[in-house]
Amino acid sequence: MILDELSPSRTRRTISAGSRTLRALGLDGPLTGVLAIIVCLGVLVVYSASGQNIKMVEHHLVNIAIAVAAMLALARLSTPQYLRLFTPVAYALGILLLLVVAAKGHIGKGAQRWLDIGFIRFQPSEIMKLAVPMICAWYMHERPLPPTIKDLLVMGLLIAVPTGLIVLQPDLGTALLIATSGLIVMLLAGLPLRIILISIPLIGGAAFGAWHFIHDYQRQRILTFLDPQNDPLGAGYHIIQSQIAIGSGGVFGKGYMNGSQAQLEFLPERSTDFIFAVIGEEFGLLGQLLLLALYAIVIGRALYLAMQGQDTFARLTGGAIALSFFVYVFVNSGMVSGILPVVGVPLPMISYGGTSMVTLLAGFGILMSLHSHRKLIGS
Amino acid sequence: MARSVRIKDHWAEQRIFTLRSILAGIIVAALLLTVAGRLFYLQVIKHDYYAELSQGNRVRTEPIPPSRGLILDRHGVVMADNMPSFQLELVREQVGGPAELDAALARLVAIGLLDAEEVPSIRRSILSHRVYESVPVKLALDDEEMARFALHRYEFTGVDIRTRLSRHYPFGPVAVHAIGYVAAISEQDLKHIDAAEYAGTTLIGKLGIEGAYEGQLHGTPGYREVLVNAAGRPVERQGAYTPRLNVKPPIAGNDLVLSIDMRVQRAAEAALEGKRGAAIAIDPHNGDVIALASTPGFDPNAFARGLTGKQFDALQGDIDKPLINRALRGAYPPGSTVKPFFALAALKYGVMTPEKTIFCPGHFALPGAAHIFHDWKPKGHGTISMRHAIMQSCDVYFYTVAERMGIDRMHDFMVQFGFGQPTGIDIPGEKSGLMPSTEWKRHAYKRAAEQVWFPGETISVGIGQGYMLATPMQLAHAVAGIASRGHPYKPHLVTGIRPAGATVITPKPPEPEPPITTVSADQWDVVFDGMELVTTPGGTAAAAAAGSPYKIAGKTGSAQVFSIAEGQKYNEKQLSERMLDHALFISFAPAESPKLAVAVFVENGKHGGSAAAPVARKILDAYLLPDKTS
Repeated sequence: MILDELSPSRTRRTISAGSRTLRALGLDGPLTGVLAIIVCLGVLVVYSASGQNIKMVEHHLVNIAIAVAAMLALARLSTPQYLRLFTPVAYALGILLLLVVAAKGHIGKGAQRWLDIGFIRFQPSEIMKLAVPMICAWYMHERPLPPTIKDLLVMGLLIAVPTGLIVLQPDLGTALLIATSGLIVMLLAGLPLRIILISIPLIGGAAFGAWHFIHDYQRQRILTFLDPQNDPLGAGYHIIQSQIAIGSGGVFGKGYMNGSQAQLEFLPERSTDFIFAVIGEEFGLLGQLLLLALYAIVIGRALYLAMQGQDTFARLTGGAIALSFFVYVFVNSGMVSGILPVVGVPLPMISYGGTSMVTLLAGFGILMSLHSHRKLIGS
Repeated sequence: MARSVRIKDHWAEQRIFTLRSILAGIIVAALLLTVAGRLFYLQVIKHDYYAELSQGNRVRTEPIPPSRGLILDRHGVVMADNMPSFQLELVREQVGGPAELDAALARLVAIGLLDAEEVPSIRRSILSHRVYESVPVKLALDDEEMARFALHRYEFTGVDIRTRLSRHYPFGPVAVHAIGYVAAISEQDLKHIDAAEYAGTTLIGKLGIEGAYEGQLHGTPGYREVLVNAAGRPVERQGAYTPRLNVKPPIAGNDLVLSIDMRVQRAAEAALEGKRGAAIAIDPHNGDVIALASTPGFDPNAFARGLTGKQFDALQGDIDKPLINRALRGAYPPGSTVKPFFALAALKYGVMTPEKTIFCPGHFALPGAAHIFHDWKPKGHGTISMRHAIMQSCDVYFYTVAERMGIDRMHDFMVQFGFGQPTGIDIPGEKSGLMPSTEWKRHAYKRAAEQVWFPGETISVGIGQGYMLATPMQLAHAVAGIASRGHPYKPHLVTGIRPAGATVITPKPPEPEPPITTVSADQWDVVFDGMELVTTPGGTAAAAAAGSPYKIAGKTGSAQVFSIAEGQKYNEKQLSERMLDHALFISFAPAESPKLAVAVFVENGKHGGSAAAPVARKILDAYLLPDKTS
């Protein structure tokens, strides 16, 4: 510290001052830096993908501001104790809101995902993206690892209730993502490998059974994923157009704001779920690989921070946040490039849209809070 | 018991977590590499494939229809040209499926741009085109209709107003039966045209020059690449850029120069105004058709604008049959106009000499037959020779001539002048008429009793009645054969072709027909004399020729309307008017060195001299005295 302050280099002083500021805010320098780069790239891409719609960019910036505020608040103001105390409350609130949504859906008939509370409209399932892994970590916190069969059953129930409610909305994609985030906690907690091996055929059987219960449009999505040409004007259109966008981009891309698929609106949902295809078309393979590399740094750094956690809750929560982030990246890029079915998952930190941005940055806020406060509660 | 006394082992738990995290990290890396591999596959290995698909998405090749060749008269007066017009077009691919198509058409009906009755045929026409082709649904929109569509434009995808060149006939109905017209390409047309050659073209030539010379007039379409967005709307820019797009200009159709002289044509139509009839004027030295009129006519511009079914039915159902080209399609008994030809035949076959006389008592009967053939003049013409028999149109003289020649010799002579076969004029739809013979009758009838030629039937043909039929076109061609003293030419309308962009006209040479060599110069003189006398005092067309500064040779005729076709409904007054004889007149002038041969036909005109000859006079005046008429 003293050396830093004595350094004659102005740049060095700026960096050290910056890192001090970050530390004072409870933020991790490398993670915050890479996230900032991704978010900035996102703003540029949204400008192009929206067809140079400045209004959408402004709205996107407002969303970023809200999300950053949430991240800063959680990183600076929350402590691991508060977080642990608050976790069951958040989980219970989430379940309650999901029930309200389900009741509304029952009355209004048809899909109900949104809750309108006066000035704000949000999806309760979004709370669950953080609350489910955290409740599992909370449950395991006092218990010895690896989890016992009973622990696994309890966690299974904690995961199954919200997942089931979200499937009923119906929002199969989000339900699967939330269940996955809970499963990640189980895996990180040391779920015995033999149980994983046994459950694979069980899950296969369950999937087979589920085929009969899911909605037609969901079934159609899976069928279309398996053979997009089967329905080129209907559900297959998204996949075909996004592959054309990516493939025609080549190694170097067509150039910023010059992607014909995106600019001429052949690519549907170009500024939301399919924005990764816009990057592929305009910036090419290099652009997409650069973005994947930035994501890999974020995931790696987040896992590293989680590993430094000093108790089970901190580690499991941090690990689940890091790996859930990866799942979103993988599901979106896999869907857009045609190796996964089309599920409505935005590209993390890039896609236009507020809720996902807030949830993701809030998660990183929690992760960094757990990391930066570790000395206060530690040995 | 180890399980029951499990306590939290901090370091062991941290190790589990670290191991699992590293495992997870490996899986993360593997899956991200899978995605990277997929991207490599799409962007490097399959790049060409997807680049082509992307190009196909954004670029639409639009045909540029060629501009149709002009039609000019012999002096360069424009008879048909092209004018920009606005039309409503629909691209099926952009509209959507059958349900969306029906909905779009229903909305066009709702906003009053289409007639509900037209929808089925428009729908068929749309379905007969390829999905990506722009199909016209309404031609020639006026300002009010344009404004109405503009107001509702946002409701339609794949329906838009396009500017196209439409055919325009500056003189409206004048010469319509020679020029023909263009109309919307029909389902029938689509079967025998190359769809690629007509991509973007709305109109196709029907009848007349427009129909016969479609291949010359049409031209070759070009194309233009258009940047389109996903909704199919042409756009200027792709994001921040304007891409380079290819254009191949179309090649306009060839201009056609006709033999028609618009001034003479207009004089002919003015003279026929209010009559049902036809008039054809031919230059006997080359077969140039100087005027070709059939009245009543119709305005071909209406067809180019697009007729509704109702409008077409009105034209089709009109009792005066304006759509029928009487000059080519009206086959009537030629009446006394055949007399100069049979006079020539009689001289050629030696059954008569010019000076030999016949006594005409006003009637004629074959030896041993009860049937009496009357002369038009009940009292008879008295003693009469060939020249005066032509002049006064003595029927008994030609009954006698016919009896002496026999039908087969008459037939053989007449076919040299083109009777009984199409003249071969370069527009379609011509009828053959009928020049009967014993052989013809054997083939024309099935029952043996009806196949026999009766001598009495020859007598009727001698004055152009009986089985004989001729079109006004055939009469004009035949009289031109007399005017040229047996050197006929195939009549034609197109005399030259000017390729697109060229300044030089490629002439189309006249086509001579086999000359009639068996008639001597003296014999021609006799018939010329007889026809000249027709227009002198005492002749049947003296009044029409009065005061003419040049000599006119002619022959009048009238043809009986002996029956009313079944199924026609006239009221009493029309019935009586339509029962009157048809009036005919054939002529050429100046008689001593003919420059123009004219045939005139007036339906129910009663007398050739009073109804048809004045029309011929006006045509001859217009052609021979250009300074006095304008």
